[in-house]
Amino acid sequence: MKNRWIALYVENQVGVLAKVSGLFSGKSYNLQSLTVGTTEDETVSRMTICVTSDDVTFEQIKKQLNRMVEVIKVIDLTSVPIHMKEILFAKVLHISAAEKQEVYQIAQVFHVEVADIGNDSVLLECKLTERRNNELITLLKSKFRTIEVVRGGAVAIESISTSCR
Amino acid sequence: MDITGRKLFVKALQEEGVDTIFGYPGGTVTDLFDELYKQDCIEVVLPRHEQGLIHEAEGYAKSTGKVGVCLVTSGPGATNIMTGLADAHYDSIPLVCFTGQVPLSLIGNDAFQEVDIVGMTRSITKYGVTVRRREDLGRIIKMAFHIAATGKPGPVLIDIPKDIQTATGPAEYPSNVQIRGYKPNESVHVGQLKKAYKLLRSAKKPLILAGGGINISKANDQLLQFAEKMQIPVVTTIMGKGAIPTTHPLYVGNSGMHGKYAANIAVSKCDVLFSIGTRFNDRITGDLNEFAPKAKIVHIDVDTASISRNVAVDVPVVSDARLALEKLLEWAETLDTEKWQEQIAEWNKTNPLEMRRDHGMTPQMILEHINKTFADAIYVTDVGQHQMWATQYLELDAWHQMITSGGLGTMGFGLPAAIGAKIGNPDREVVCITGDGGLQMNIQEMATAVVQGAPVIICLFNNYYLGMVRQMQQLFYGKRYAATCLRRRKTCPANCKGPNEACPPYTPDFIALAESYGAHGIRVEREEDIQAALDQARTYKDAPTIIEFMIATEEIVLPMVKGGNPMSEMILK
Repeated sequence: MKNRWIALYVENQVGVLAKVSGLFSGKSYNLQSLTVGTTEDETVSRMTICVTSDDVTFEQIKKQLNRMVEVIKVIDLTSVPIHMKEILFAKVLHISAAEKQEVYQIAQVFHVEVADIGNDSVLLECKLTERRNNELITLLKSKFRTIEVVRGGAVAIESISTSCR
Repeated sequence: MDITGRKLFVKALQEEGVDTIFGYPGGTVTDLFDELYKQDCIEVVLPRHEQGLIHEAEGYAKSTGKVGVCLVTSGPGATNIMTGLADAHYDSIPLVCFTGQVPLSLIGNDAFQEVDIVGMTRSITKYGVTVRRREDLGRIIKMAFHIAATGKPGPVLIDIPKDIQTATGPAEYPSNVQIRGYKPNESVHVGQLKKAYKLLRSAKKPLILAGGGINISKANDQLLQFAEKMQIPVVTTIMGKGAIPTTHPLYVGNSGMHGKYAANIAVSKCDVLFSIGTRFNDRITGDLNEFAPKAKIVHIDVDTASISRNVAVDVPVVSDARLALEKLLEWAETLDTEKWQEQIAEWNKTNPLEMRRDHGMTPQMILEHINKTFADAIYVTDVGQHQMWATQYLELDAWHQMITSGGLGTMGFGLPAAIGAKIGNPDREVVCITGDGGLQMNIQEMATAVVQGAPVIICLFNNYYLGMVRQMQQLFYGKRYAATCLRRRKTCPANCKGPNEACPPYTPDFIALAESYGAHGIRVEREEDIQAALDQARTYKDAPTIIEFMIATEEIVLPMVKGGNPMSEMILK
């Protein structure tokens, strides 16, 4: 069992998201995250999907997606070089001035922006890999009493091949 | 010039060559029915319930090779066809189902008879869509017929809001359609097929496993030639039965849970299992770890997702069955399989498919008479014990077809599917083999058969029980017949262990019921009367006949493999 990534081109139509997500629940596939947005062609949406599965199930997931009429193309991103980022906001609440300093330090180390600030709170805006975001949350949870997190799920795109540079 | 949606609807059906549709009216489809009323190219069959309707369309589609077309209203009309959609999805039956929908402006308001039928049927249709713009209507109908009938066939649902039906828009019905996400496989990968063939040629104990894909792609002749040329024995799944004539010397029998002993043993002993058009359902494989343990497995299927899903396959080939077999025939050479065939014959001799003959009228006796009686019948079964007996004992060949609910196992399928088959094939005899449980699930379709003048012959195997479940209770649950006795009344003892003198009468009286519908009814209680009843039923050309066969009540389907057990561990007695 490991995390795998799929980029999915689908028709930008009503119900397609429900159909794709329904496949995962209906067939008990383990969906980690799913993001969707339109592409340069507004009739086409692109999804970035992360699933946890074994090899056999993953093959089956790709086939099942492929046979959907609304799915235009399935790209397996698991073993190709990709750029991947996930947006995440983390609000650290009820902190002292000293603790604020600590949050700034963490922000510096993790290369995340301080997006807003209050008397006893700091809002961090992070565009990191999913794994790095996980690490950040773990760290914040261990250091501070109250944090509020919202994350957007990862988006990924294939890297530009070295031969094209 | 622009036309209304309702006019385009009828025009589209005509251009698709539709001559029969199965329709039940209601508030959101009255415009479409009104338009159908004004023309005479398309016949509308009115059933008595939408579930019956869609099974009729399935029987029609399966027996004619055409797309079955359904038209029902929104809300309950739509939800009532869901079982049939799932059934058609499982058994790859091409259907285009139109559902009415409340006007666009009311969608989402919990309007009268509004349901999100596209959402509800997403996982049981090949494709489903609500028409949201009048100008899309023609393209969507064209897409629907294309998707339903090509690749692995299946049901397509089109939901048409009432205001789309009356809105005006383009009059053109497109002659073809491009769908960028839908490219059914129309060729065969020769390299991969050659690999499969080489493996087969090296086999000492080769076995062909033929599934429903053979019958769907009409590859029966090719399979027969291939098996004969290479001298390879053939086993089938239930959906594949009839893939080659069942009387052919190379045909072993059905494999699976209630398959023939020799067929299941052959699967577990073969060294190459050459499977075509099957998805290796759990009823075929049993315990996966013990399935064909000695064999290299070739799997040819039109659906990539069916390959290597349930069973790990050595050589996968994505292809239509007929295309693959046509190619294989170019290469086919004769193998020396004489010893292997003798071995299979030996297994067959030690444990043939046979019922005891010493305790009354058995299903085998009835089916033997049926085999002798009909020269070119379409057999349609319901689901349950009678279905298994039919799949065990019916003889099928190019002139005899069997239609059955294999994947979903839908009780209530038999009678309506038989009516649909008869409507599609008025010149052929259609025999419905059914049980007393399943027949009652869509008994109202007797009226449809009568008004349509569809004289199907209904062979009702009445054992007073929901026999298939009772059989499990009999064997594995200490004869605790929970909710399986159809005679049971409140006056019965709590722990009844089976039929006895004090049993209440059966209800309904099927003979009186048949007569009340204007149909015919014959009750048969002894073997000697089977033939006469069949002969008499065949003389009725106006209306259907129920022949009620009072079979031995505690008869069980044998052999059997307990769910999840290895296929080689069969209960034989």
